[in-house]
Amino acid sequence: MAVMEVRQLSLSRGGSPVLHDISLAIEKGEVFMMIGPSGSGKSSLLRCLNRLEEPPPGSVFLNGTDITTRPVTEVRCRVGMVFQQVAMFPGTVAENVAFGPTVRGETLPPERVRELLDMVTLSPDLAEKSARELSGGQAQRVAIARALANEPAVLLLDEPTSALDPIATHAVEETLLGLRERIGLTLVWVSHIVEQARRVGDRVLLLDGGRVVRVDRAEAMLDPEQGDERVLAFANGDESGMQMRGRQTEEDDRGHAE
Amino acid sequence: MDMLNEIGDALGNLDDLPRIALALALVAIAGLISRWQQADLEKDLTTSSVRAFIQLIAVGYVLELVFNQDNPLWTTVLLLVMIAIAARTSGRRGKQTPGATWVALVSIGAGSVLTLAVLVIAGVFDYVPDAIIPIGGMIIGNAMTTASQVMNRMSDDLLDSRNQIESMLALGATSRQASLVQFRRALRNAMIPHIDTTKTVGLIKLPGAMTGMILAGASPLEAVQLQLIVMYMLVGAVTFTGLIAAYLTYRVFFTGAHQLKALRPAPDAG
Repeated sequence: MAVMEVRQLSLSRGGSPVLHDISLAIEKGEVFMMIGPSGSGKSSLLRCLNRLEEPPPGSVFLNGTDITTRPVTEVRCRVGMVFQQVAMFPGTVAENVAFGPTVRGETLPPERVRELLDMVTLSPDLAEKSARELSGGQAQRVAIARALANEPAVLLLDEPTSALDPIATHAVEETLLGLRERIGLTLVWVSHIVEQARRVGDRVLLLDGGRVVRVDRAEAMLDPEQGDERVLAFANGDESGMQMRGRQTEEDDRGHAE
Repeated sequence: MDMLNEIGDALGNLDDLPRIALALALVAIAGLISRWQQADLEKDLTTSSVRAFIQLIAVGYVLELVFNQDNPLWTTVLLLVMIAIAARTSGRRGKQTPGATWVALVSIGAGSVLTLAVLVIAGVFDYVPDAIIPIGGMIIGNAMTTASQVMNRMSDDLLDSRNQIESMLALGATSRQASLVQFRRALRNAMIPHIDTTKTVGLIKLPGAMTGMILAGASPLEAVQLQLIVMYMLVGAVTFTGLIAAYLTYRVFFTGAHQLKALRPAPDAG
């Protein structure tokens, strides 16, 4: 059974549609990439998966349970999230890592903090350091450890490397793939870099104008020779071309309706 | 007929007009200086002076009427009008907060009524217009400033800290837990001027109520005692109002499912 499933999800914000009739299933231990031009709805889709945005009832399922029927704080522990702009909270690295258990009134033992830091390939000696003194790449890995402290089944990643330099990007990618190997974590990863999707993804979803353009295996979709021309256009920075095509299609639709 | 007599009496009391005119000469001098220095303030000076004159004289007549009636109902109506005006003014200031006027009305109203109720029930003041109206005015005026400050600071802070708040929510924090820092900061920010004034009172400047009493011929000790009451009650009023305003503002920005509302477009809507 799929660990996360989206069924016919449509979403509007302020009267304008953001997502149209999205259906997909994400398997356990999979690295599922979401790519698409800016404004395509990929972040909104991701945020529906942990209810940072409210999906309609009966459209998002975690292990077969409609997430809108569960307490939202519980859903967010099971479905962790890491953001593009890392926000380290005031205090030490250890306090940051323990944030989730702390707000639930639990304590995270120091050994567990060290273990989590080790899992994200950081030195456990960082535990007592002030979190605001970390480099960008270190902070992002602390943010991952912080999400892992809640023992999530799925980790949502909203462009987790786009604020990082290439070396830190590589470290974060390696860390995340290592977690999949080590604890079978499922990753749902929004990226605007096709190259990254090719490096780390098992399957790729291409979104445009809030609609699924295609979902397929990364190698089939992103192959420079035989890949999907729409993806390759996007990969070559031809966002405008893609959006033009999207608009064209909408106009065609309207033409049929009339 | 009674009312006409009263108005006649009140008009008779406008015997300080020459002194007002002399004080106004200061504004005229300020206007001339502004013109000479091209500070471009003459228009504002004229409008504000004229407005203040009409507004205060009108208020003076209304107060004369209400004081002479000595009817608790009229006193209450006047208090409610003051609260409504304060809420409207504060609501305009807090434009960033959706439903700011309601937040202001509830927080100013509840904060002021609660403070006045404590003062009257404890017997500090009787519910008579010449005590309740000026005291109520001070309370409502301070509550208004507090409500505006809390709403503005908190909405700015919540929107600026979006990243941190959503990171906390995503880790399973409730909206209350995720916005506690902003809540405290907004409240502290509005309270600190009052706490500081309370600390240094009399050392730097004599507060308004005391100055007024001394000018009207009261002894400094009488004035000091009233001033203490005024200060303590204002600290109470701004605390009540600030807490209610902060709570309501926080409620406006979050959904029941612990989501921070997208009241300003997200940096990347992709």
